[in-house]
Amino acid sequence: MLDTALFYSFALLTLLGAILTVSLRNAVNCAIALITSLAGVAGLFLLQKAEFLFAVQIVLYIGGITVLFLFVIMLVNLDQTAKQPRFGRHWMIPVLAIAGTGTLFVGFLTRGRGTLALPAPGVAADAGGNVERLSDLLFREYLVPFEVASLLLLVAIVGSVVMARKKAD
Amino acid sequence: MLHPITVTHYLVLSAALLLIGTLGVLLRRNAVVIMMSIELILNAVNINLIAFSEHLKTLNGQIFAIFVITVAVAEAAVGLGILIALFRNKETVLIDEIDILKW
Amino acid sequence: MNFLDLIWLIPLVPLFGAAVMLFFGRRLSKAAISIICPGAVGVSLLLSIAAVIQLAGLKEKIHQVTLFPWLPLMKVDMAYLLDPLSSVMILVVTGIGFLIHVYSVGYMGHEGGYYRFFGYLNLFVFFMLTLVLANSYPLLFVGWEGVGLCSYLLIGFYFNRKSAGDAGKKAFIVNRIGDAGFILGMFFLYQLTDSLKFTDVNEALRSARFGVEHSFGLLSLTALLLFVGATGKSAQIPLYVWLPDAMEGPTPVSALIHAATMVTAGVYMVARSNALFQLTPETSFIIAGVGAATSIFAASIALVQTDIKKVLAYSTVSQLGYMFVAAGVGAYWVAVFHLFTHAFFKALLFLGAGSVIHAMSGEQDMNLMGGLKNKIPITFRTMFIASLAIAGIPGLAGFFSKDEIIWQTHASPLGSNFFTVVGLITAAMTAFYMWRLMFLTFYGEGRMDEKTRHHLHESPKTMTVPLMVLAAGSVLVGWLGTPKIFGLPEFFRGFEGWLEPVFEPVKALASEGAEQPEHAFEWFMMGVSVVIAIGGIYVAKYMYTKLRRDQRPSGGMLYPVLLNKWYVDEVYDLIFIRGLSLGGGGLFAKFDREVVDGGVNGTAWTTRFVSTVSMWWDTWIVDGLVNLSAFTVRALSFPVRFLQTGLLQSYALAFVIGLLAIFGYYWVR
Repeated sequence: MLDTALFYSFALLTLLGAILTVSLRNAVNCAIALITSLAGVAGLFLLQKAEFLFAVQIVLYIGGITVLFLFVIMLVNLDQTAKQPRFGRHWMIPVLAIAGTGTLFVGFLTRGRGTLALPAPGVAADAGGNVERLSDLLFREYLVPFEVASLLLLVAIVGSVVMARKKAD
Repeated sequence: MLHPITVTHYLVLSAALLLIGTLGVLLRRNAVVIMMSIELILNAVNINLIAFSEHLKTLNGQIFAIFVITVAVAEAAVGLGILIALFRNKETVLIDEIDILKW
Repeated sequence: MNFLDLIWLIPLVPLFGAAVMLFFGRRLSKAAISIICPGAVGVSLLLSIAAVIQLAGLKEKIHQVTLFPWLPLMKVDMAYLLDPLSSVMILVVTGIGFLIHVYSVGYMGHEGGYYRFFGYLNLFVFFMLTLVLANSYPLLFVGWEGVGLCSYLLIGFYFNRKSAGDAGKKAFIVNRIGDAGFILGMFFLYQLTDSLKFTDVNEALRSARFGVEHSFGLLSLTALLLFVGATGKSAQIPLYVWLPDAMEGPTPVSALIHAATMVTAGVYMVARSNALFQLTPETSFIIAGVGAATSIFAASIALVQTDIKKVLAYSTVSQLGYMFVAAGVGAYWVAVFHLFTHAFFKALLFLGAGSVIHAMSGEQDMNLMGGLKNKIPITFRTMFIASLAIAGIPGLAGFFSKDEIIWQTHASPLGSNFFTVVGLITAAMTAFYMWRLMFLTFYGEGRMDEKTRHHLHESPKTMTVPLMVLAAGSVLVGWLGTPKIFGLPEFFRGFEGWLEPVFEPVKALASEGAEQPEHAFEWFMMGVSVVIAIGGIYVAKYMYTKLRRDQRPSGGMLYPVLLNKWYVDEVYDLIFIRGLSLGGGGLFAKFDREVVDGGVNGTAWTTRFVSTVSMWWDTWIVDGLVNLSAFTVRALSFPVRFLQTGLLQSYALAFVIGLLAIFGYYWVR
């Protein structure tokens, strides 16, 4: 009972936030809406017993990414932009395309309702908290991707600094 | 409405979020908002991964999600850097004003 | 040290000397040149001696050294062959060549172009050694042509004299005629025996594959063509005319090239091809006939010549005739033996004449000489010995070789007594004209003017020492070929024995009858020739010392004919030179105008036509295709262009539409 309610509330938060993100005029408002959407997602993570990811979502996404977005918005001085129309001139076509895709999604779901073959639920793992088990996996089997990811982050740091700095004349 | 919450619910939610995000990418003119919509798409993917991770009682999905977040962070940083550089050159963040590479 | 493997060095050292002259000659001092060039030939001489000694030690006296393949299709390589025959030749060429180089140091000492002379001389020695050391006809021919070239260069050495240049050209052109025969002969020989290497050819000809050819067939034709080549190089009738004119060159050249070596190349080649000539007795007879005719013909001209060198030139032609007589009657070793002895005394005679000319301040007319025997004693004494040798006085070299030839014309199964008579008459004439030369030059009162008389002096040591060496040779070398009837030990018949493996009879002849021994007759013939020789000398002595000029028999009508060399040069001029230019002139001009010019104009017209077609093709077809491709690209791209909006979002839209399409596909499936 509780998780159903929680699920629906978090889902609503997420979707509402998303819709607001794509429709508000002022970019700062969009950023705020994004925050709420991300918070909803964090909640959904928690519901799925992914505690570590819940924490990471809040700290990284909300605390990092959206702050970054806000900085950039400030940097690019959007007074004039706010007066411009939000959507592109030919907005019909993407709407139609997305609508079509969405319809097809629904159609697939209803059509295959009976034959939807989800994989069988797995067995619960041994004892140990989410973080311990996650770290165990991360640093044993997935060590190489981990190292590669750190390399990627290094490249991203250097890249973004290079991209954004003023050219020294 | 009062069915127990299964994986399917999460899949539908993820799909919806994806479509909203795509709408944002395709419709908005402001480049920063487009970047935000991309974040929405990535989150939709994460929801999907976590849902299955729980359903299959394995942690692989969560590991994958960690990496998705890592990549999303890197991409956001670099993308915003590019955006700033673009703004410096073109004085605008409206991307339909940036169409030099055309026929 | 295996000198047999080093025989390729023997021609190379003089070539190196010539190359040094070519590149550095002008800057080198006379002393340096005098050491380098004679030294090069001296080194070759030493190498030759060493190699021949080692050859003598081999059981089968043949050694070939291959440097590298040259004409693989014809199995011809750059390779050298040392066998008894070529060993005799290299000793003659390097030995006498060396002596003449030393002599030239003195003789050419005051002349200009010192380095040029020695360079050419060394080059000549290189080519001559290539000729005699070659192991195949083509390589021999390379040497053959090369010595012809050097002969041209050296005859025309005094290039500021028109007569010298003309003489050089005459020598080369007449040689060329002979060479045409040689080349044709080589072609036929290759066809007959499928190879041009001496060892292969001889093996083929000596085997039972070929029988003796008694009529005129392919073998005879080949043999005759090769002999034509020999006539050109060795100055036999009808291609001898260049040799007397060749006296325009410096005297050492005459000694080396036109007495001892180059002119003997023809004899060498015939000796080398003896298997072929053994199989064609008719052609051999022709060879002997030509040789006999030449020897008596040339001797007749020598009787009346006044230029000392011309007498010796005709004498050379005559003696070469003797060698071919010997080859023609099958006595090949005798021909080579006469070549060997002749090299000594003829070279000595020429060098001596050079010494005389040097003493006479350049005068060559014997009518203006006389009484030189006390003024230039060494020259006199050495020439005395040489003249005795050539006349055939017993004990000296010429006696043994010439006598053997005359005997063989009688004794050999291929011989003919006619040749014997010709040979004896020629011997008489030889003795006569040689001693006429001696008496006119050295005896009696001097007929030269005061200034020349003052300048009379003996030549320097570098000239007289070679004379003495050659004189010693003229005395001694004859004893290597004494006749069997003398009954001397084997050594004194060593020459024949040494050359025996080269001249072994072909299989086909082995069965024919051997010589009948006629000892008494042989002694008789020997006596006859001695008497003739001594008689000739005394007749000359009487005519030229006892009688005064006006008292000598004038020779009547025959005299002008002989003096003008039987008008042969004039006849050639009329037939070949004038005849060709007159008769050929009109025809050639017409041919040139119509055929040749027509052809040239035709090609011009064709070229213009082809270029017009090309232009049309290029403008319409080629350019059209290029333009068409450009047009096609533009047309095809026109609708597609508009996809490139430059707007990011339209590209993203494309993604979504694609996704939609995929979904749609699965939906309808």
